[in-house]
Amino acid sequence: MSKWYIGVGEQSDIVVSTRIRLARNIADYPFPNKLNTKSRTQLNNLIRDAVMKNNEFSLKFIEMKTLTRFEAASMAERHIISPEFASSADGRALMLSPDEDISIMLNEEDHIRVQVMKPGFALDEAYELADKIDDSLNADFNFAFDSRIGYLTQCPTNLGTGMRASVMLHLPALTMTGRIHRLINTVSKLGLTFRGAFGEGTAAVGDMYQLSNQITLGISEESAIKNLKAITLQLCAQERSAREELLGDSNAEDSIYRAYGMLKWARLLSSKELMENLSLVRLGSVTGKINVPIETINELMISMQPASINVMAGKRLDERERDIIRAKTVREKLG
Amino acid sequence: MLCQNCGKYEATTHVKRIVNGETAEAHLCSDCAAALGYTDVFGGFTNTFSDLLGSFFGEPAVSALSSRTVRCEKCGNTFNDIVNSGKLGCADCYRTFYDKLLPSIQRIHGKTRHEGKTPKAVKVEADSPQNKIIRLEKELKDAVERQDFEKAAQLRDEIKAVKESGKNE
Ligand SMILES: [Zn+2]
Ligand SMILES: [Zn+2]
Repeated sequence: MSKWYIGVGEQSDIVVSTRIRLARNIADYPFPNKLNTKSRTQLNNLIRDAVMKNNEFSLKFIEMKTLTRFEAASMAERHIISPEFASSADGRALMLSPDEDISIMLNEEDHIRVQVMKPGFALDEAYELADKIDDSLNADFNFAFDSRIGYLTQCPTNLGTGMRASVMLHLPALTMTGRIHRLINTVSKLGLTFRGAFGEGTAAVGDMYQLSNQITLGISEESAIKNLKAITLQLCAQERSAREELLGDSNAEDSIYRAYGMLKWARLLSSKELMENLSLVRLGSVTGKINVPIETINELMISMQPASINVMAGKRLDERERDIIRAKTVREKLG
Repeated sequence: MLCQNCGKYEATTHVKRIVNGETAEAHLCSDCAAALGYTDVFGGFTNTFSDLLGSFFGEPAVSALSSRTVRCEKCGNTFNDIVNSGKLGCADCYRTFYDKLLPSIQRIHGKTRHEGKTPKAVKVEADSPQNKIIRLEKELKDAVERQDFEKAAQLRDEIKAVKESGKNE
């Protein structure tokens, strides 16, 4: 089955994907940091049995200890699980839908982390599904909840709705023109988190940014999503106008075609080079300059990261070996 | 060094700030630091803590004496454990240390009152009498806190009924 990230959705010239996460804990059980491996495993099995009764969402149950380190890291690269979740298999399990748009992390920081991902700009659709999954879990389990401060989570930063809604945005023109810095400042003051979507720190590899709600207490799911939508649309408008200005410039056009040439002909491609050039090719594709389907670009962006290449090869490769495979795969995909 | 606020416990939190050109230092035990809003339990000190420093050198603002050894009954955490690890151990930690956590919660979210989805209580037949009592008692506590005495009276009756039906079995 085709994975969710290969799809194309609304506003996908800029909004690559949408994600909703819900943090939930089961009442009367201490949070995962106070449970030993055995209790965590028991809890996983309890949740598994409840979900598998009618398995409405066709989820597969995976104990994290049955995966290799690279398989877990590759899932984190594809944003199916959090890097933190991939870092330890101890008493952890995952429930995953066939096209990987639903993933439920068990015993991450909280007992349950429901995650729904959709291509493009699909906040309502993604929330609706996450809400449905939440209801179906709630049919079997009482959740830790306090009428004053909402759903109770291990870290108070997630209290309240326990909901983190986010969109991944491709903003090459705002990045190239340097306008992004001012926007990051402005948006941060509006109660949203705005940062690079890949890699560590603030640098946005491949001009990919993650925009999400920062506050979860005192604001309903609906309002938080409404805010996020409004700001996303404003950023999209700004990016589009920056693109228009930029594309009138022959230097920008030259960069796009050079990037395309690099990806079509290179024999060695590092992860960073791929992302940088792919960003320009994506810009060329959505503006009709280069005929590469956006699905192909999305797939390369997600699947050509280091751990994923190791998994594809079935063994641990060194960096140079990966760069060779990456270059070869990209050449073939771009035909 | 003893806490400058209560004078009873070892100061573990040390804050320094320039006030009117002079350096002011505060040395506090963890309880007083939290009660006065100096500790951001989750994510280190933020600059907002300094707003409260002005009133600091006056009277002790809180008495830490009574709350010193409080432990969460469910997971055994003390407030210090939470401060040190940055993690709550269970849902009951929130109830046990609610007042001390509130300043941090306020700082993180800017609000302290939940809005949005409320979970359903799992259907009664799946509840063992024991779990049902636990749940009802929690609801009772909440009802009393929001001064909904009608609901509280109704919950008390329900709890009594469940307890009595348990005896007959
Ligand atoms: Zn003190
Ligand atoms: Zn506790």
